[in-house]
Amino acid sequence: MADPKHDKPTPHKDEISGVDTTGHEWDGIRELDNPLPRWWLYVFYACIVFAVGYWVLMPAWPGLHGYTKGLLHQSDRGELSVALHDLSATRGAAGQALVKASLEQIEADPKLQAYALSAGASIFGDNCATCHGTGGTGGKGYPNLRDDVWLWGGDLNAIEHTLRVGIRSTHTDTRQSQMPSFGRDQLLTGAQVNDLTEYVTALSRRKADPAAVSRAAPLFQAQCAVCHGADGKGNQAVGAPNLTDQDWLYGGDPNSIHTQIWNGRAGVMPSWEKRFDTATIKALTVYVHANASGQ
Amino acid sequence: MPVLIDTVNGDKRPKVPDPAPLYKGREPIYPKLVHGQFRTIKWVLLWITLAVYYILPWLRWDRGPATPNQAVLVDFTHARFYFFFIQLWPEEIYYFTGLLVTAALALFLVSALFGRLWCGYACPQTVWTDFYIVVERLFEGDRNARMRLDAAPTSFNKVWRKTGKHAVWLLVALVTGGAWVFYFDDAPTLMGQLFTGSAATSAYLSVAILTFTTYALAGSMREQVCTYMCPWPRIQGAMLDEHSLQVTYRADRGETRGPHKKGERWEGRGDCIDCQQCVVVCPMGIDIRDGAQMECINCGLCIDACDEIMDKVERPRGLIAYDTDYAVAARLAKRKPTYHLIRPRTVYYALALALVGGLMLYGLLTRSPVAIDVLRDRNPEYVQLSDGAVRNGYTLKLMNRSLHPTVFWVDFKGPKDAVVRAVGQTATTRTLAVPLAADGQRSLRVFVTVPQDHDEHDLHHSSPATFAITSQDGQTAEKKTVFLAAGDDR
Repeated sequence: MADPKHDKPTPHKDEISGVDTTGHEWDGIRELDNPLPRWWLYVFYACIVFAVGYWVLMPAWPGLHGYTKGLLHQSDRGELSVALHDLSATRGAAGQALVKASLEQIEADPKLQAYALSAGASIFGDNCATCHGTGGTGGKGYPNLRDDVWLWGGDLNAIEHTLRVGIRSTHTDTRQSQMPSFGRDQLLTGAQVNDLTEYVTALSRRKADPAAVSRAAPLFQAQCAVCHGADGKGNQAVGAPNLTDQDWLYGGDPNSIHTQIWNGRAGVMPSWEKRFDTATIKALTVYVHANASGQ
Repeated sequence: MPVLIDTVNGDKRPKVPDPAPLYKGREPIYPKLVHGQFRTIKWVLLWITLAVYYILPWLRWDRGPATPNQAVLVDFTHARFYFFFIQLWPEEIYYFTGLLVTAALALFLVSALFGRLWCGYACPQTVWTDFYIVVERLFEGDRNARMRLDAAPTSFNKVWRKTGKHAVWLLVALVTGGAWVFYFDDAPTLMGQLFTGSAATSAYLSVAILTFTTYALAGSMREQVCTYMCPWPRIQGAMLDEHSLQVTYRADRGETRGPHKKGERWEGRGDCIDCQQCVVVCPMGIDIRDGAQMECINCGLCIDACDEIMDKVERPRGLIAYDTDYAVAARLAKRKPTYHLIRPRTVYYALALALVGGLMLYGLLTRSPVAIDVLRDRNPEYVQLSDGAVRNGYTLKLMNRSLHPTVFWVDFKGPKDAVVRAVGQTATTRTLAVPLAADGQRSLRVFVTVPQDHDEHDLHHSSPATFAITSQDGQTAEKKTVFLAAGDDR
């Protein structure tokens, strides 16, 4: 070890290589004091020169109220907005074509359709897939957009309207409907909810307790038929699901049906009118409509 | 305080003597101009290959209004390759694979038979280096004058000659790089764009890169490209054998070599008078008398040089000639030399070449102008409808490679009573009519629905299915796929 009292290194030359060492010794290990490789040194100097140039040209130093802007006034945020502007400019022609054409025309014209389908696929993936799934098949509480069952209508105009205003959203014209929480809010008794569960099960042509079904028949007409219709086939004007098919948003087994009558769950879909421009909404409409094979 | 950074020049400590340097410096080569049979062949090939390179993109070939009329065009923008009457789509990239395999096999065969003909006569590196040496000779004179000039101190004479040479080199390089980009866009249009500054950045960048590489490879790197950069000299060792014809110094006749004065007897000595002419003309800077070697590109210039000398000393020509190691060894052993061009390896190479070439030709001749690809939806694999029917989605890619517009009739063959519907088409008949542009393609979203009532079997198992197309002029193609159904316990 180097003498702690003397920080100064003692001159020493390595016997084998003939090169000076740094003069320090650690447990018998000495370090050769070779000059730095020249390529390394030149790169190092070049980096210093580059760094100085960088400080001058680019945003570099933080200050108390902001930062040095640099001569080039480079800004990632600025570049992003320029890029976005350019993007909408290049999209312009195709986007304009979408705005001008009707939804039916877009879907029938091979070029517009191809544009709408590929644009729609990426819009759907970025915004809709979170709830409806990447394949659009939805899940419990999130409607399947690939089949022929539609809560609020599955033609082009109905889909476009749903996209614009949303469902139970903050939009003033939002699609709005609410299934009461019959059990939780004590609108019906537990026995009545049980009877109605049997009735709804029977509606979709499944085995149910006949006594309960006949007890629930007047109840259904009084409480449910307003929205779901006397025959239980639903009403797309108010977003009331068809109770006679095999498609269930919250599950079709008696337990799930019971829970739904008891709690009256309802989902929310945001309004996209303010987030998307017309061309985007149209592309998305055609994408959703086309992939459900149209209605 | 310890010194943090040693400045490079301020380091006054005694230097340890350097070990041998890591890189060997290049020994300059001054190839001397030579005249003769092989030089003439090389001149002819030089002008032919350069002419092909520069003229090819300017040839026109009428393909109708839908497609460009450039005979040879690699059209990246529209993803097409045009070569006179051949027009390829990106899916047919295997033709390029076939072309490369054919080229490799041809190279194998030629090498096994006649040595490195490609290297010596046709390789762009050889052609452009030769061309650059012509320019060099124009400004600086032949071998001796160049050596003198390089050794001389800087003078006006030296500077203008060197400057002129490099200027013309750069010009040649620029034109070389400039011609390359014409293969990738309409040549007349691009020419105008290049001069008015409106061509694509990638075009200018390509020209710049190829200008630099041409200038560097043909101007200053030359034989180093062949010796150090090119893999072929190393691979060809496996193609050559003792029966391959190569540029050979016939040691049996040349040895014992030595200086020879006019009037001296030739008995008891070899024909090689050690005049070094084969060495000074060699663009690779080697001595062919050392035998076959990796650096030798088999250009035959030493044959010309030696023949000239043999004429002067009144000995027969061909001391250096295309010959085989086997023949040389035979003559050395006082046997009659024999030549074996037909050997197992040349037969194998020829058969492989014929096979691949034949396959390519067959493929090109029977190539269908219509094609279909089917992408089955994987997410969701199938959709169950409210009435129990099952629907599958497919994306069809329809390709019309012919040069006129047509209509495809698309048929679905699969489960009974399946209903086919294309997006945007209201008809749900089983045959769809799809118009296609000349040299055009379309992707078509198609949904196939199998109703519940009819054949329950189909709804519980996947069934094989086929999309078949028939074009207006009767061309057909089909693609197999699968109809997936619910309850299928895969």
